[in-house]
Amino acid sequence: MEITLNGIKVQVEDDWTLLDAAKFYGVKIPTLCYHEGLSPYGACRLCIVEIGDSDKSKFVASCLYLVQEGLKVRTHSQRVVKARKLLVEFLIARCPTSKVLQDLASGLGLDKVRFKPRYDDCILCGLCVRMCEEQMDAKAIGFVGRGVKKRITTPFDIKSEKCRTCGACIYICPACQLRCQGPEPPSVLCSGCLNFSPPCLDQYEDAMCYLDPCVACLKDKGENKKKDEIKKKEAK
Amino acid sequence: MQAEAVSRDFPAIDAIIKKYGERKEFLICILQDIQARYGYLPREALARVAEKLDIPPIQIYSVATFFKAFSLRPKGGHTIQVCLGTACHVRGAERVLGKIKRDLDIDVDETTKDMNFTLKTVNCLGACALGPIVEIDGKYHGHMNTTKVESVLKKYSTKIRE
Amino acid sequence: MEKISSPLELEKLSKSIQSKKKKEKAFISICAGTGCRASGTELVINAFMEEIKFLGLQNKVGVKVTGCHGFCEKGPIVVIHPGEIFYHNVEKEDVLEIVSETIIEGKIIDRLLYVDPATGKKITKESDVPFYNKQKRIILGNNGKIDPTDIEDYIALGGYSALSKALFQMKPENIIEEIKKSGLRGRGGGGFPTGRKWESCRNAEGKPKYVICNADEGDPGAYMDRSLLEGNPHSVLEGMIIGAYAIGSKEGYVYVRNEYPLAVKHLEIAVKQAEEYGLLGKNILGSGFNFSVQISRGGGAFVCGESTALMASLEGKPGEPRAKYVHTVEKGLWNKPTNLNNVETWANVPIIINKGANWYSRIGTEKSKGTKIFSLVGKINNTGLVETPMGMKLREIIYDIGGGIPNRKRFKAVQTGGPSGGCIPEKLIDLPIDYEKLTDAGSMMGSGGMIVMDEETCMVDVAKYFLKFLMEESCGKCVPCREGILQMGEILEDITKGNGKPGDIELLEEISTVIKDTSLCALGGTAPNPVLSTIKYFRNEYDAHIKDKKCPAGVCQALIQYSIDPKKCIGCGACLKQCPQNAIAGEKKQPHTIDPEKCIKCGACFDVCKFDAIKRE
Repeated sequence: MEITLNGIKVQVEDDWTLLDAAKFYGVKIPTLCYHEGLSPYGACRLCIVEIGDSDKSKFVASCLYLVQEGLKVRTHSQRVVKARKLLVEFLIARCPTSKVLQDLASGLGLDKVRFKPRYDDCILCGLCVRMCEEQMDAKAIGFVGRGVKKRITTPFDIKSEKCRTCGACIYICPACQLRCQGPEPPSVLCSGCLNFSPPCLDQYEDAMCYLDPCVACLKDKGENKKKDEIKKKEAK
Repeated sequence: MQAEAVSRDFPAIDAIIKKYGERKEFLICILQDIQARYGYLPREALARVAEKLDIPPIQIYSVATFFKAFSLRPKGGHTIQVCLGTACHVRGAERVLGKIKRDLDIDVDETTKDMNFTLKTVNCLGACALGPIVEIDGKYHGHMNTTKVESVLKKYSTKIRE
Repeated sequence: MEKISSPLELEKLSKSIQSKKKKEKAFISICAGTGCRASGTELVINAFMEEIKFLGLQNKVGVKVTGCHGFCEKGPIVVIHPGEIFYHNVEKEDVLEIVSETIIEGKIIDRLLYVDPATGKKITKESDVPFYNKQKRIILGNNGKIDPTDIEDYIALGGYSALSKALFQMKPENIIEEIKKSGLRGRGGGGFPTGRKWESCRNAEGKPKYVICNADEGDPGAYMDRSLLEGNPHSVLEGMIIGAYAIGSKEGYVYVRNEYPLAVKHLEIAVKQAEEYGLLGKNILGSGFNFSVQISRGGGAFVCGESTALMASLEGKPGEPRAKYVHTVEKGLWNKPTNLNNVETWANVPIIINKGANWYSRIGTEKSKGTKIFSLVGKINNTGLVETPMGMKLREIIYDIGGGIPNRKRFKAVQTGGPSGGCIPEKLIDLPIDYEKLTDAGSMMGSGGMIVMDEETCMVDVAKYFLKFLMEESCGKCVPCREGILQMGEILEDITKGNGKPGDIELLEEISTVIKDTSLCALGGTAPNPVLSTIKYFRNEYDAHIKDKKCPAGVCQALIQYSIDPKKCIGCGACLKQCPQNAIAGEKKQPHTIDPEKCIKCGACFDVCKFDAIKRE
């Protein structure tokens, strides 16, 4: 069937999700709780995209939403990018020591975190739970509690008979996989490879191109600004 | 209750599970009946339920910790539930809760040292005309305010902190 | 009891019960809803039973223990028939007098009569009480005439005749058409057209199909469903059976919240009796249609009021919602087509089938048909359950039915829709009750909770309260709800403690937009509503907290001081005795003073002072 992806009509398979379609056509949608080998969960909400016409648009998780004939999808609209930035801001405030999160922050152009850091080790993406259940067939760990007090543990918080200490959970965890040596207080952002988010979003409803990241227009703007300032100084 | 005692009590637990047709739709009802029997949910009982209903143990633990009604630790002799629904809140329920916390020297979800009282909050008991309401052991005490707390608590215990 | 096996037998039974009841000289209807039970109605009931037995009047005077009559502020309520004599705030000491004077002699006891505050006159008949006669009680009205533990009371009033009509005179498609024509919309809060939902479920592929009654009434301050289930459970069951027949379902569940033990008890009795009478179970009324209902309970989770979370809970899993990209009418419980409706929605079905969609759609507004039951609570004189036609103005409900604000305080706002709704301020008090109008004003209909607030309610505190509530009730699966509400809560906590900063409101609005856009379910999606609506209408209070570090309503503890007004204080010393910190000093009969250094602002003095001398500002 056919859908409209960021303004372009493309052909997609009937059983694809929006994320599958985007990946096929080279559009990079950031994800966190999604993994190719595991069932989609739809909890991190980073993969949200805007569907439908602007005045009646909806936000859906692209890792779960199946393609529909004639659907209009925008993966990098103003509201979507703003939302992704704030969601990563929440996550960094919760767990600043994750390289995966820091990379996401740089990629989205996040330059400040306005919330108190909690230095929690887990972002509750559920990858370890699904890994243990689906790939390792052990079901040794799971979610416990609810709301902010939700955490991942074994039954009754004691060593589980079902756990074979295979280490798959540690392997797949985005928070403990690569301990980031970067951010030290007072700033919790690393910004080591900070990129700029497309400046065209300040003027247009949608990103004008989805090359992610691209600073060509910014670079030009910056250079032109410098030239103008030099001209002004010389005129005085 | 001690672990061995619960294990010897399996026939009673099995009977509860059977009463609900051994069906997953009534897991919460089964857990409530077990909690009514022991005053809380002992680990051994939960393991038995997991086995009988063919549910992974981690799922039972998930359910037991997700719902507010369940307690995995033994509760006090009397359970105090302070209603914090909107109508009660607007009529000053927080002041009543504060007074109970001070008088019993415990926080919410805690039990007094003498195991007499466990303090919990609940989000609306549905008797809003009598707000603020405090429910103790199933009995409703309406139109509560800070001055009535002491006399109500005295009915359930002879010694409370001054 | 032989099962009723045809519509004719049902009619005959109904007529015979009616004629039996006509032989009673009088009957006393005593309200035994949870509210009145908490007020001591059980003592009143026992006193009546004993006295009537003692005088040997059992055959001439019936005592009917009913469900909630609705006027909860005035409980315990006793209504004596014939004559509809309405006595309120009855205590067990009044019973002897009532039996000898009113029942035997036919005399009215003046002091137990309701006094209309507008006219000062005493009112005798229940239907003349302004609280009642301004309502349109087509659903709740029968509560006062039915003993919920006796199915024959319901049958005598025409109960199950709608089921009989549906099974024998209508086809499933006709029933769905009738519900669609009536304009009935979901009463749980979503307001989705019920007929369309039934139609989608009927057309969905998959077997078996399930029918669920959502009785997980979680909105704090709302107890309409509780009173319906406690007082008239058969009306809900009848609606479910009709719906199941229309959809093609054989199995149903009622999921009742854990905090409603009496509702569960009455439902279990009702199901058992309905089965005994052949109105539920196999071969209902001899029609060949089979349908059975099971009652399951919640475990104390507001989120389980959300349909997908409820179904997860019924599958033995924690109550986590899932995205509704595929609707539950197609894939619901155990991935089968499932039709879930709220208690009040089901209770509306029998009357629509009996009186017809045309009759029903004449009540209400263009897009919101029928009546709605509201729980009018908070700072209001006549606390209770109120059933009004859609389109009635808020002003009428709050003042004409509700009797206005107690203690001559000023009305400030009414909160509708629970934690998903918003606050409607004074300037919008002429708003008609209607799904769309309430949403346009920044709130929503919700399940029907109406919490009235006066000048002593701090709106910033209200916003903080709802956020704290949702923080506890969030399932925690998705980031925007779990983390976003937490951060909003922290900002509001700072504001109420005097640590608010300029830019806080803009930050709250920014977070709100993202939470609304990206949340997985409606709990998160509507969580920012209370904050946004209070910012919209009460911006000045937020500014006072942030810029001036003051709480104009005198609520936020960190921003107020307790002091004694020397003009009002008569020096009775009651507050001095109550103060846990010994912060109050004063001589007898002289105005007392509070030492602000020692005061912990616990409010004990405020609660005990009878002279309104304690000031909080």
